[in-house]
Amino acid sequence: MRYFTEDHEWVDVDGDIGTVGITDYAQGQLGDIVFVDVPEEGKTVTKGDEAAVVESVKAASDVYSPVSGTVIEGNADLADNPGLVNEDADGEGWFFKLTLSDPDELKDLMDEAKYEAFVAKL
Amino acid sequence: MSDEAETEIELQTLPLDAWHRARGGRMVPFAGYHMPVQYEGIMAEHLWVRDSAGLFDVSHMGQLLLSGDNLDDELEKLIPADVKGVALGQQKYSLLLAENGGILDDLMFSRWPSGIYMVVNGAVKYEDIAHLREHLPDEITINHLDDRALLALQGPKAFDVLKRHTTGDYPLDVLVFMKGGRFEIAGVDAYISRSGYTGEDGFEISIPADAAEKVADLLCGEPEVKPIGLGARDSLRLEADLPLYGHDLDPETTPMMAALGFAVASKRRREEANYPGAERILLEREQGPVVKRVGLLVEGRQPVREGAAVLDADGSEVGKVTSGGFAPTLGAPIAMAYVPAAMAEVGTRIQLNQRGKVHEATVAAMPFVPHRYVRGSK
Repeated sequence: MRYFTEDHEWVDVDGDIGTVGITDYAQGQLGDIVFVDVPEEGKTVTKGDEAAVVESVKAASDVYSPVSGTVIEGNADLADNPGLVNEDADGEGWFFKLTLSDPDELKDLMDEAKYEAFVAKL
Repeated sequence: MSDEAETEIELQTLPLDAWHRARGGRMVPFAGYHMPVQYEGIMAEHLWVRDSAGLFDVSHMGQLLLSGDNLDDELEKLIPADVKGVALGQQKYSLLLAENGGILDDLMFSRWPSGIYMVVNGAVKYEDIAHLREHLPDEITINHLDDRALLALQGPKAFDVLKRHTTGDYPLDVLVFMKGGRFEIAGVDAYISRSGYTGEDGFEISIPADAAEKVADLLCGEPEVKPIGLGARDSLRLEADLPLYGHDLDPETTPMMAALGFAVASKRRREEANYPGAERILLEREQGPVVKRVGLLVEGRQPVREGAAVLDADGSEVGKVTSGGFAPTLGAPIAMAYVPAAMAEVGTRIQLNQRGKVHEATVAAMPFVPHRYVRGSK
């Protein structure tokens, strides 16, 4: 099941493991992505806190964690190939995986249909 | 993700506003105007200009026509250039200087039969006009040509494209870098100069605003030409060692600090030393400025941008990055920074602090990408 934030992050949840990325809409807004800084394994993140940095040619943007938890893996492929986020934001261009510390937080997030409606109004 | 909000203050629209939107331009506020930051993407647009030709709308810039008796003498009281030595059709880069030698704006000027045509930065054009009005005698007329658009066609194929569409008393070939003249494009009266802000060969085309769409359509109808936004304009000029006013240049910065010694090199003007800040500027020319604008190659992939601190060996802040970003031609991050003279030598290793993270950089020779201006043989 995939959940979305109003800041255009997604978290794909399987059991208590979540995979976090930014949406296709977000990568389109950012333009050519040249650098991604993902959190290291073991880092504790809190919902709404800055967890990663994504830089396009033009600007740097923070990526906030949609949920709280402990990072178990950052996407190492993005170091050499940050353009993966442009090519496949919903898949190969994921940012990090974490163990959710409070699955109840998911209730505050949008499902795909709600997110699509949200983006359509932007 | 975070959004960057810019304050919107009664933004003006360019003559080509609807044209940009129809072509998918993403409009952002810049210099008081709605301007296209990109169409298909900054990286692709940047590389297209280096390989082919791109059309930029720079109608936000101030186009002025100064005329009147003793214009050359009076203008030389405000800028350090050899105005008298500029013949009809010649163009020169110069600086509007404050009393302390600080830079109020950088500009291009050329000799027209009717006076001096000047192009100044959009963000400060009204301040520039006020400054000129205040310091030039009443006999000098300042005509703000705000009914004109300015387009820049830049890139190695710009000449081939423009030649197809220009007619005039002489062929386009007579224009070499920093020369200009009157031509017609599709029946539209145009002043064209061979100049630009990308480091590539190219032209700047001044035309009546109501003809801008016709000319833009004509040029972008050629297979070599695509419209290019502000984003690529910024990365192209950064690679080409062209400082941007309000970022790399400001009233606290002198020409020598900004590594613009060529703008204060005229022998006659140095001997006369009668422009604002001449004493300080000429002293810096002799002894070297205390701080200097340099180019930096940044290690790794992460861009280091405007505002990052330059650190000395003890980790103290001794300078600032004034422009920085990812250089598409090089595939690496680059920057411009002001550093103490002792750290300005090419090859000097420098540390930068951006949001608490330290980046390694090396002072590099500029331009980062060689200029490809078409100069005349002397």
